[in-house]
Amino acid sequence: MNEYVISILCIVAINTILALGLNVISGFCGQISLGHAAFYGFGAYCAAKLALLGWPFTATLLAATLATGLAGVFVGIASLRVRFDFLAITTIGVGFVFVGFVRKQKWLGGELGLTGIPHSGLSATEEMMLIVTAALLLVAFCLYLKRSWMGFGFSAIARDEDAAQTIAINVPGFKLAAFGIGTAMAGFAGAFYAYFSKAVLPDTFSFVQSVAILTAVVIGGMGSVIGVTIAAVILTLLPEWFRFIADYRLLVFGALLILMMFFSPGGLAGLLEKVSGGRKLE
Amino acid sequence: MLFEVVIKSLVNGCMYALMAIGLTLVYGLLRILHIAHAALFTLGAYAGVIVANATGSIALGMGAAILSAGVAGVLIYRFAYQPVLKHPHHVPLIISVGLLIVLEDGFRILFGGYGITFNDNPYNTATVAALGITFNYVEIAMVGSAVVLIGTFMAVVNHTRIGIGWRATVSDPQMALSFGVDPIRVRYMNFLIGSALGAIAGMLLALMTNLVEPAMGATLSYKGLAIVVLGGLGSVRGTLLASLMLGLIEAMGSLYLSDHLDPNALGFLFLIAVLMFRPQGLFTRA
Repeated sequence: MNEYVISILCIVAINTILALGLNVISGFCGQISLGHAAFYGFGAYCAAKLALLGWPFTATLLAATLATGLAGVFVGIASLRVRFDFLAITTIGVGFVFVGFVRKQKWLGGELGLTGIPHSGLSATEEMMLIVTAALLLVAFCLYLKRSWMGFGFSAIARDEDAAQTIAINVPGFKLAAFGIGTAMAGFAGAFYAYFSKAVLPDTFSFVQSVAILTAVVIGGMGSVIGVTIAAVILTLLPEWFRFIADYRLLVFGALLILMMFFSPGGLAGLLEKVSGGRKLE
Repeated sequence: MLFEVVIKSLVNGCMYALMAIGLTLVYGLLRILHIAHAALFTLGAYAGVIVANATGSIALGMGAAILSAGVAGVLIYRFAYQPVLKHPHHVPLIISVGLLIVLEDGFRILFGGYGITFNDNPYNTATVAALGITFNYVEIAMVGSAVVLIGTFMAVVNHTRIGIGWRATVSDPQMALSFGVDPIRVRYMNFLIGSALGAIAGMLLALMTNLVEPAMGATLSYKGLAIVVLGGLGSVRGTLLASLMLGLIEAMGSLYLSDHLDPNALGFLFLIAVLMFRPQGLFTRA
């Protein structure tokens, strides 16, 4: 396998994990978040800083994942106060505050970010195997989560929060769990990204990145693990297959978002359900 | 120094107000977070600079800005929002986000990423001094047009038949319809006026900085959302107060906090803090 293929596989896996994480929050639990890139960035910066301080690879990955999950729960607590549109705006805000803060911190490298992140100690192929395996395990985990008791709780909240409350579902608890799980996944993706790219820049984690992650979730079909995974893989590979798309990446993403909402608000999963006559895609 | 900063913050506050009114109008009527509004702000500036450079008249440019954004706003309502009004909340929101990035990227592809400047823009160098502060003509025009336009708008909404019909439609579309108000016409008017006000703000900002670039509306649109929430979604008076307040907070922030936080993020930090204590917004009753 040549270097190009290996790095593409890494990026595919990272984007898949990001989309799966947002799918837990927005798809399973119905909490629209437009600031997922902030948690991706949080994980990446945590990992970069710890790695530069000399922490070993495994410890850094774990610590960054946990720290991001905690940050996610914290933001989740804030989000308990607001619903629907307010939540969407609050999460946009979280993204802006994160980038606005990081940009100005000298100890985080300011505008130029952190560079010279030490090597993970694994070969490029081993790194790729690790992240792809992690992505596959997380797909399995999400499928399990969806069928678990917690998954039912999530979907009850997504359908109708007040009704869920009435039948004694712990709404705040489940929401925090969704935020914790989803953001921890973003943190893990970010930590891996820091080792993979050897540099983290504030602009990588801007609103545009949040929209890109949301695009994968929406195109795949909110709540459908398989649909979102397929969408994340395709959307990452599309600009690679068709070079001309790379220049118009945002245009294509935006157009896909609009068209999907018009013709199949349920995304790919919704389309397949229609075609197969009602069989749901997990 | 401090006095000057406070006074100058009014200029930004007025620009925010002109921009955010369109967002508030749309939210009040349709409960859609019209993020694409910022693209109309940019569209207005592009139409303005192109016409102004072609004809040599900034007044004609302003006319083109108002016309193009007004028409585009109505088209967006008709073709992007109206078909999905019955869908769940997130559908129009995602369409709006999609529209914003498509339009922004479209501007970049059509007009280049580096922006266009005015060939001849005498207004941002011509200055007047008052109270020991120097203002350029555009800053005065920004405050002046905000006061006049928003004042007129409030007067129309509060005292004319059209305005009463509009308010009736906002509070109860079904009832307004049975009293003979055409809610569809109200919506068109809403998008026309909101977008035109946004375009005026866009054109004035372009004159002030002497630059029109694809992303000039981006940060502003998110700030607009913050303002709309702070003001209590759908309230015009709250939006005005929140706009001026955001201008002031940002000015203070860039004086004292710029080493720690990007001033552009301050509005959101404030917003998040406010939402924790008053989730219904600053200027609405619970």
